[in-house]
Amino acid sequence: MTHAAGWFAIFLSAVFTNNILLTNYLGMCSFLAVSKEVKTATGLGLAVALVMTVTAPINWMVYHWLLVPLGLEYLRFLVFIVVIAAFVQVAEMAIERASERLYAALGIFLPLITVNCAILGVSLFMIIREYTFAAALAYGAGSGVGWALAILAMAGIRQERLSRARVPAGLDGAGIALVIAGIMALAFMGFSGMGRGL
Amino acid sequence: MSGGRAGRIFWSNLGRDNPVFVQILGICSTLAVTNSLRNTAVMCAGLLFTVVCSNVSISALRRWIPGRVRMMVEVLVIAGYVILVDVFLKAYAPDIWRQLGPYVGLIITNCIIMGRAEAFAMNHPPGLAFVDGLGAGLGYSYVLLLMAVVRETLGYGTLWGVPVLGAGWVNWTVLAMAPGGFFVLALLIWCIRGFSFSRGPRGRGVAS
Repeated sequence: MTHAAGWFAIFLSAVFTNNILLTNYLGMCSFLAVSKEVKTATGLGLAVALVMTVTAPINWMVYHWLLVPLGLEYLRFLVFIVVIAAFVQVAEMAIERASERLYAALGIFLPLITVNCAILGVSLFMIIREYTFAAALAYGAGSGVGWALAILAMAGIRQERLSRARVPAGLDGAGIALVIAGIMALAFMGFSGMGRGL
Repeated sequence: MSGGRAGRIFWSNLGRDNPVFVQILGICSTLAVTNSLRNTAVMCAGLLFTVVCSNVSISALRRWIPGRVRMMVEVLVIAGYVILVDVFLKAYAPDIWRQLGPYVGLIITNCIIMGRAEAFAMNHPPGLAFVDGLGAGLGYSYVLLLMAVVRETLGYGTLWGVPVLGAGWVNWTVLAMAPGGFFVLALLIWCIRGFSFSRGPRGRGVAS
């Protein structure tokens, strides 16, 4: 297996079989709160994908070139979260400049990306699985795309189908969203044979 | 600080304002380990420690935290306590620490801790913040422990690693896997809300 095929396999498995949202439950809070409309879900999905793709390699460099040589691995939580927060700050300013409407739609959720578990989770998984730099980049990008895909699918279902369905009162809102997420997780498990071909 | 007020804050976190059922917060980091009761208990203990300590610290520091960077300060305080939990587990329970993997670190991004810091600790004295943190942590823990009991019993036929359902039991593997977590939580929310709806007159919300 060549390197490139290996990275592609990591990317694909992060998108489908090991989708960070549907198999590891990371990023659930914003997933449930912002998936009512396709438009905002697209915005948040793109923002998360961007932040993940960039922060995973940055955190890889910080961890392997700074923390490991200094013997400060136990500080990784603090350092990762600071890196993520700093990058989100920059991304927030960029989005504010680029699109006033998108900025208004995402509202309070942009700063909350900092505490989106999925983004910190990608950095922590990447360290535990001992990925190389390129693999970390592929994993970060794949997880981001997978997360965006999941929230987009969920928003599509909630906006197009659920708004016309009669949902039992107790299950309304978050409850039915969780049931849908469960069914989506079942569907994504169907991809699990895919990785072995590569 | 009156006893009555502290009591109300404590109990409302367990029931009316339960972070999991009512606010649907903080399920990210812990839902993944609810297929094992032991791991869930360890995670909940870590979360309880972190939410109580960070609530008290942030409340004590609230006059000196500048408004513009308060989120950053809150996250750093929380991260400090989570590092303590991580180092403690690594030293005294290395097996569990290895199984939990990245999830200990993910306590930092648990929305409940951040939510309590932002919504309560920033404008209440440390004593009340302690009670609030304790209530939020326990309110969260009992829901997660309940889920873990359901998922581990039906998914593996064991409880705390001990077989309880006998040899004839066929495992409901799907409950131990990812989709099971979603279904069990949805069912729990349904039960609890159905119960509270039937008592109080509250109109059917618009489908969202």
